[in-house]
Amino acid sequence: MFLQQLVNGIVLGSTYALIALGYTMVYGIIELINFAHGEIYMFGAFIGMILVTVYQVPFFIAFFLAMALASLLGITVEYLAYRPLRRSTRLAALISAIGASIFLQNLALLIMGSRPYSFPSPFVSKIYKTSFVTISKVEVIILIVSFLLMLGLTFLIQKTKIGIAMRATAQDKDTASLMGININKVITATFAVGSALGAAAGVMVGIYFRSVTPMMGLMPGLKGFVAAVLGGIGSIPGAMLGGLLLGVAEVMGAAYISSQYRDAVAFMILIVVLLFKPSGLIGSSLQEKV
Amino acid sequence: MISAYYLQIIILVGINIIMASSLNLITGFTGQLSIGHAAFVSVGAYASALATLKLGFPFFASLLCGGLVAAFFGILIGIPTLKLKGDYLAIATLGFGEIVRIVFLNLEITGGAVGLRGIPKDTTLTWVIISVIVTLFVLYRIIRSRVGRALIAIREDETAAESMGINTTYYKILAFGVGAFFAGLGGGLFSHYFRYIQPNSFGFLKSIEYLCMVVLGGLGNIWGSVIGAAALTAIPELLRASADYRQLFYGAILVIMMRIRPEGIMGEGIFRKGNSAGDYLLSKIKIKFNK
Repeated sequence: MFLQQLVNGIVLGSTYALIALGYTMVYGIIELINFAHGEIYMFGAFIGMILVTVYQVPFFIAFFLAMALASLLGITVEYLAYRPLRRSTRLAALISAIGASIFLQNLALLIMGSRPYSFPSPFVSKIYKTSFVTISKVEVIILIVSFLLMLGLTFLIQKTKIGIAMRATAQDKDTASLMGININKVITATFAVGSALGAAAGVMVGIYFRSVTPMMGLMPGLKGFVAAVLGGIGSIPGAMLGGLLLGVAEVMGAAYISSQYRDAVAFMILIVVLLFKPSGLIGSSLQEKV
Repeated sequence: MISAYYLQIIILVGINIIMASSLNLITGFTGQLSIGHAAFVSVGAYASALATLKLGFPFFASLLCGGLVAAFFGILIGIPTLKLKGDYLAIATLGFGEIVRIVFLNLEITGGAVGLRGIPKDTTLTWVIISVIVTLFVLYRIIRSRVGRALIAIREDETAAESMGINTTYYKILAFGVGAFFAGLGGGLFSHYFRYIQPNSFGFLKSIEYLCMVVLGGLGNIWGSVIGAAALTAIPELLRASADYRQLFYGAILVIMMRIRPEGIMGEGIFRKGNSAGDYLLSKIKIKFNK
């Protein structure tokens, strides 16, 4: 029972981790909570679902197309709602981000209606049983794909030119720009990568729960943010760890404490982390510049 | 005589003026972005409804009870979370709002997802008008006092305010307490007008709606909140816009206002001179010319 819950928690947590990565990357670079990230995840799920059901695109191609189109959406949001406010107060940027999120959510609601769409599972439903745990094929695929995406991201951040530019920008924007780094390009790339990961999570949650709705981005979006804070906002390994821990905590809380308070678990964790260790589990300590 | 339909719109405008101006004290004047204001409203709505239904309080006492319980929660939540700054505070208020909603969904005394029914319809136009006047008067007096100047100092620069000897945590909690009190009062008026409340009517999106009213009218401008609340309540009602379009519109307002006129319709307030990008550039140019 315990092991089974642990596996369920890790599967759920790996999708939170993918969402959290988008938050943490953007926060690391422009110090803004990208509220619209949950909506990018929702759009990713919708794009994947429409490509598979309406246009009969093979699943894995649809998966990558959804990631690509969601990156475009992420870049557009940054360009229209965040870039013009880069020099204004943080409050203004945050309000604009909330506005972008509400706008996208209701745009989807208007276009698609509020009823849930079913996302047909592309895989034969197969269940692997051992004496301790049962795991379905979809769950295995979610775990593998999330792992590969995180591996890919780590490579991108650590080894490639753009990754080095991202880390430099996160450390000190002005110095990075003096070193010849085009900050706008780096920010665009960050939004593109973060949004693609969010969309990947959206598609995978879509096939996992077999349902896609315009409101599906709200809660996972908030929880992805909680995961990012839990791990230490701005830290990429932190987001991965935070996502997994949050997924496990949520499933365990639902199983052993009360399933009705399932969604409250994440917010309790958030408030406790913010109070006792706002820098998160492996984040660098926050120091206010005067 | 005005028809029942228009009367309802006027009462809703009045209630929303209370919500928006109390949020403005927290976000506009003290500079603490709260996206959980609906939680205080719901605490007040439930507390006053329960006071009437279970304890048999008279209407006035129930309203007061709603406000006080909400203020208590504002302070209770405020003490630990107000040490947080900026974005972190915003997220913590959001988390608090969601926890309140989930707790109300699962408590027995609040009727769970079904909510509370059969609350007597005590809210009349007179009550609403009196409450609006009292709210605006108290908020106006606070803002024009020493306390108000301290709040504005915190908004302008928290570190500087602290070094000037302002106890920033105390004033932030005060702002949350007063803001929550009036939000709870408004919640009491709400529950005794519609006679029925349920947890999901006070979710995250409701908090955004209040924020939108404040932003449209002008952060840090009490009269702006009056105009913002009136405009965003009455116009969609009169145009009979569907709820979907309304939310789409709210989102667009937040983004567009921040881009073209962050100080809101009424101007002045939080984004005064020296804060906007244009003023920043202007000051740079002036320095160049002065050399």
